[in-house]
Amino acid sequence: MTMNHHISEPMLMAYAAGTLPEAFNLVLATHLSLCDDCRAQLAACEAVGGALLQDAGSVAMDAGSFEACLARLARPTPAPRLAAKGLFPAPLRDYVGGDLSAVQWKPLGMGVRQAILTTDKLATARLLYIPAGHGVPDHGHRGIELTLVLQGAFSDSTSRFGPGDLEIANEDLDHTPVAEAGMDCICLAATDAPLRFSGLIPRLAQPFLRI
Amino acid sequence: MSEPQAETDWTALLGQVRDTQDRAAFALLFRHFAPRIKGFLMKSGASAALAEECAQDVMATVWQKAHLFDPARASVATWVFTIARNRRIDALRKSRRPEPEDLPWGPEAEPDQQDALEMAQETARLGAALAQLPEKQRALIERAYFGDLSHSEIAQETGLPLGTIKSRIRLALDRLRHHMS
Ligand SMILES: [Zn+2]
Ligand SMILES: [Zn+2]
Repeated sequence: MTMNHHISEPMLMAYAAGTLPEAFNLVLATHLSLCDDCRAQLAACEAVGGALLQDAGSVAMDAGSFEACLARLARPTPAPRLAAKGLFPAPLRDYVGGDLSAVQWKPLGMGVRQAILTTDKLATARLLYIPAGHGVPDHGHRGIELTLVLQGAFSDSTSRFGPGDLEIANEDLDHTPVAEAGMDCICLAATDAPLRFSGLIPRLAQPFLRI
Repeated sequence: MSEPQAETDWTALLGQVRDTQDRAAFALLFRHFAPRIKGFLMKSGASAALAEECAQDVMATVWQKAHLFDPARASVATWVFTIARNRRIDALRKSRRPEPEDLPWGPEAEPDQQDALEMAQETARLGAALAQLPEKQRALIERAYFGDLSHSEIAQETGLPLGTIKSRIRLALDRLRHHMS
């Protein structure tokens, strides 16, 4: 898969440091499953964490702590989570409970559908289904919005985003993402603050849709 | 007993844990890493009791996941860091940590010795480069990794010296993907 839009360095560092909301981690883990460039950049950021751990300053362990650790070894060994056939990479499948056919879509109007995924409350993750040629209403952002394309493509005033591409939007961007003709667009998106819709109808519907 | 020296081969010790469940090798790893994990977690805001418990747990995970460690892609300290970080998210934030898919081993059961050696050298170089960063920049990076900085505060490029280690890791990934296909 060839991708043109990747995770920014500050965002990867925050993912490596483990300080992002769960919903953001989910979007990034899904892109990382598809993209070895970002995977290598992440491993480099994690190496910084390893170096900091080396000279973090140690605090003595309690007496008998090694024996207590040995007593914890009885638990079963976790199996690796490998790629499976289908549209969704493993981290997303974990949250959906399966691939595309397992998604519980809710209509948003105009043929657009969404499914909110359960994460911690610091941010919200949702799958979006935008029929080919349709758009998401014009909106701005109060915080950060991550959008990862899983199928099809969309365009806004900044660029075109195809499968695997990640758009990082913030307060500075107002956009109207429109799905490309030919194939319905499926995206995984996460926001840490409600969007700002300029149209009246979406604004009225907003509290019900949790968008 | 004295602290093992800086050049201790942690990769070899972890290999002994993986291959023969060697408790003496594990004890050396524990003595070095457990107090550092505890220090890391306390700097991140955990109480001494919680940090102690989590450090034991992280080391138990090190034992159990030893077969998944790939020295061509990370140093032992880096790998331990990722386990400690995930445990911190679990314990302090009560939140799950979505991780990318795991990459399986290729048909070659053992990673190339040369790859592992170069990775170790690259990691040492990165550590030295970090130590030489200006105090202000280094403090910022430490705050980011100890969880003191919100993601919106990490707004600009950090200027981390990641170039060569990133290329090394990319090569290791390419080799792995090649073996898988
Ligand atoms: Zn990428
Ligand atoms: Zn948007």
